[in-house]
Amino acid sequence: MRKLLAILITSTVLFSPVVASAATVFPLDRATILVSSPFDVKVEFDGVVAEGDVSVTVNGQPAAEVLGKSLTFIEKEDGVDASAVRINEVTLPSPGTYTVVAKAGSEEKTVTWEVYGTPEAPVAKNVIFLVADGLSVAHRTAARIMSKGMSEGKANGRLNMDDLDYAAFIGTSSTESVATDSANTMSAYMTGHKTAVNALGVYADRTADPMDDPKVETLAEALRRQTGKSVGVVTTSELQDATPAAVFAHTRRRAEKAEINNHIFDLKPEVMLGGGSAYFLPQTQPGSKRKDDVDHITLYKEAGYTLATSKSELETAAGTNTGKLLGLFHTGNMDTTLDREFLKKGTVDKFPEQPGLVQMTQTALDVLSRNDEGFVLIVEAANVDKMSHPLDWDRAVVDTIEFDKAIGLAREFAAKNPDTLIVATGDHTHGVSIVGTVNDEKDADSMREKVGTYAEAGFPNYEDKNGDGYPDRIDVSRRLFLAANNGPDHYETFRPKLDGPFVPAIRNEDGKYVANEAYKDVPGAVFVQGNIPTSGDTGVHAVDDVVLQASGPGAEKFKGYMEQSDVYRVIAEALALGAKQTQ
Amino acid sequence: MPALCFDRRRMLAMLGATAMSFQAGQTSAADNTIAFGQLYASFGVLGLTFSDKVKELSGKAVSMRGFMAPPLKAEANFFVLTEIPLSLCPFCSSDADWPDDIVVIYLDRAQTFEQANGLIEVRGRLEVGSWTDPETGFVSLLRIVEAGFHRV
Repeated sequence: MRKLLAILITSTVLFSPVVASAATVFPLDRATILVSSPFDVKVEFDGVVAEGDVSVTVNGQPAAEVLGKSLTFIEKEDGVDASAVRINEVTLPSPGTYTVVAKAGSEEKTVTWEVYGTPEAPVAKNVIFLVADGLSVAHRTAARIMSKGMSEGKANGRLNMDDLDYAAFIGTSSTESVATDSANTMSAYMTGHKTAVNALGVYADRTADPMDDPKVETLAEALRRQTGKSVGVVTTSELQDATPAAVFAHTRRRAEKAEINNHIFDLKPEVMLGGGSAYFLPQTQPGSKRKDDVDHITLYKEAGYTLATSKSELETAAGTNTGKLLGLFHTGNMDTTLDREFLKKGTVDKFPEQPGLVQMTQTALDVLSRNDEGFVLIVEAANVDKMSHPLDWDRAVVDTIEFDKAIGLAREFAAKNPDTLIVATGDHTHGVSIVGTVNDEKDADSMREKVGTYAEAGFPNYEDKNGDGYPDRIDVSRRLFLAANNGPDHYETFRPKLDGPFVPAIRNEDGKYVANEAYKDVPGAVFVQGNIPTSGDTGVHAVDDVVLQASGPGAEKFKGYMEQSDVYRVIAEALALGAKQTQ
Repeated sequence: MPALCFDRRRMLAMLGATAMSFQAGQTSAADNTIAFGQLYASFGVLGLTFSDKVKELSGKAVSMRGFMAPPLKAEANFFVLTEIPLSLCPFCSSDADWPDDIVVIYLDRAQTFEQANGLIEVRGRLEVGSWTDPETGFVSLLRIVEAGFHRV
């Protein structure tokens, strides 16, 4: 059988040079698909073809027979001078290798899918999946040094993430590019399928409509289909932002946040804590970012949710017995830990009652763990990324410390509930490294000369006298010097931005991003020439691997190098999502 | 000649009246200056509340200072006024988002924007309430219409 398949593949390869043009088949070649999970199949031909010439087979049988549904032929797709075939919401109930051949006239394309099953019984009852958006190695190292200190080359303490048992390198590239964004990366974690930049829960097709792309099942949908587990999402971003949205949504365009909020409501996660209330408000309400009159606050209340809009309301709501909690703490993205707890900058004057990731995570664990069937909680530290883009490393690192505290809560929970799988990771990386230190006391003419490298870097002098895990001040006289390997033109000030998050570049009248002159006169500031196109407003994501860590049942499967989409399979196997666990 | 005198007197009177009304207009415009901090009585997770001043000035001539957000295209009849300079163009970047407190400016005529980064003053008539731009689909709650602007 295997030999036959090999021969078939070989013959396809041999014949391919004579094929004039190739169609595209979604799911793409080498897709891995959870057994029985619904997904859409689409074949895009390069030109207009006749319906009678189209043939799609799965393992040599007509696709309609294998998939149990007839094909829909589209002679000319909207805005495209070419034909397509769709079969929506199909399932493959048996694990195995499926070879799909699509043909029409001179066009032919062969793809192979692997449908995987899972054990019948779950090894994990709960999964806590913690993702710091953009988490890179430099963020971890800086968080450890800033939070715990270092002397004589050894860390004076360990982060919670430092003691997770297993680790893997994760490849984050998208289906169209080596580079990547939070939509396709988190979508790969949450569906097991890689996709294109900006896409969530879909393969990116060629039509302009951002809502018609071929769908794949999300983790929240799989949990609803197969289990009675509760679902929770905690984030410091808008709840509709790409990372939390990937748990639920299906769209080619992550910016469709009002629509994403509808997708979230359709699945009614038991716990939702974060920002983005603007997409819950009807358009007539000042502060709304909807373009319709749908009032999600009322919808959630009618669905039995307890609503919290401040730190103190969240504390009260933690004792709620409804089991359903909606916490909205900002119309947009929530402020960073540094602004919220220390500097009172950013938008803290407008939203002074924002809880942090730690309180939100604790409340979510309290509410979700009341479900005897277990739960899946997704925790996102969004500002690690949101502050790495504008090269505001102090804010990014302090939020990494907060993220680590949330990991600490997960580990405490798992210590009492050992049937809990913990995954802590980033979704993609940033081009940032720790270069050394900046030493104000060094005798030098300029700030640049006060940068310490090699032996001259020494050790920074952050202090944590109150033992809260955060440095008492970030503007100490010898501080970590982090630098990006990419970015727009900007001024490097060699100092923390105490007046609010850094805005490195401003768009000029030609649409080009130029260094923000507001920092030009900061004493010692030096101009840094950008190295990405002038259309880029901030630093960009790196293509570097992410380091994923994990503990608990199933965690041993994380090892070596894995594609981001493979992470879903480990979670699906731990929870036995291939097996129906409800009546 | 008498006719001319009359005309001249009338003209002078008219000029005086114009000057007076212009002055009065200036005075009222000065009174009708709104700062970004005066737009909302409260900021909350469940929405923003317009200030009494905004409610009172609805439909009236106002002036406001702020920054022109990066416009969608160089020549247009509208732009967004923000309290602080925006580095991003929320129209252009699918991922960028507007701040909560923005005012949309509809100019009396389309014009080419030259300076996107610098304090400007806008004068026009204040419109309050949700409105969807039929061309762009952009929903705004506060607008200054029939507006003109100059650099400060």
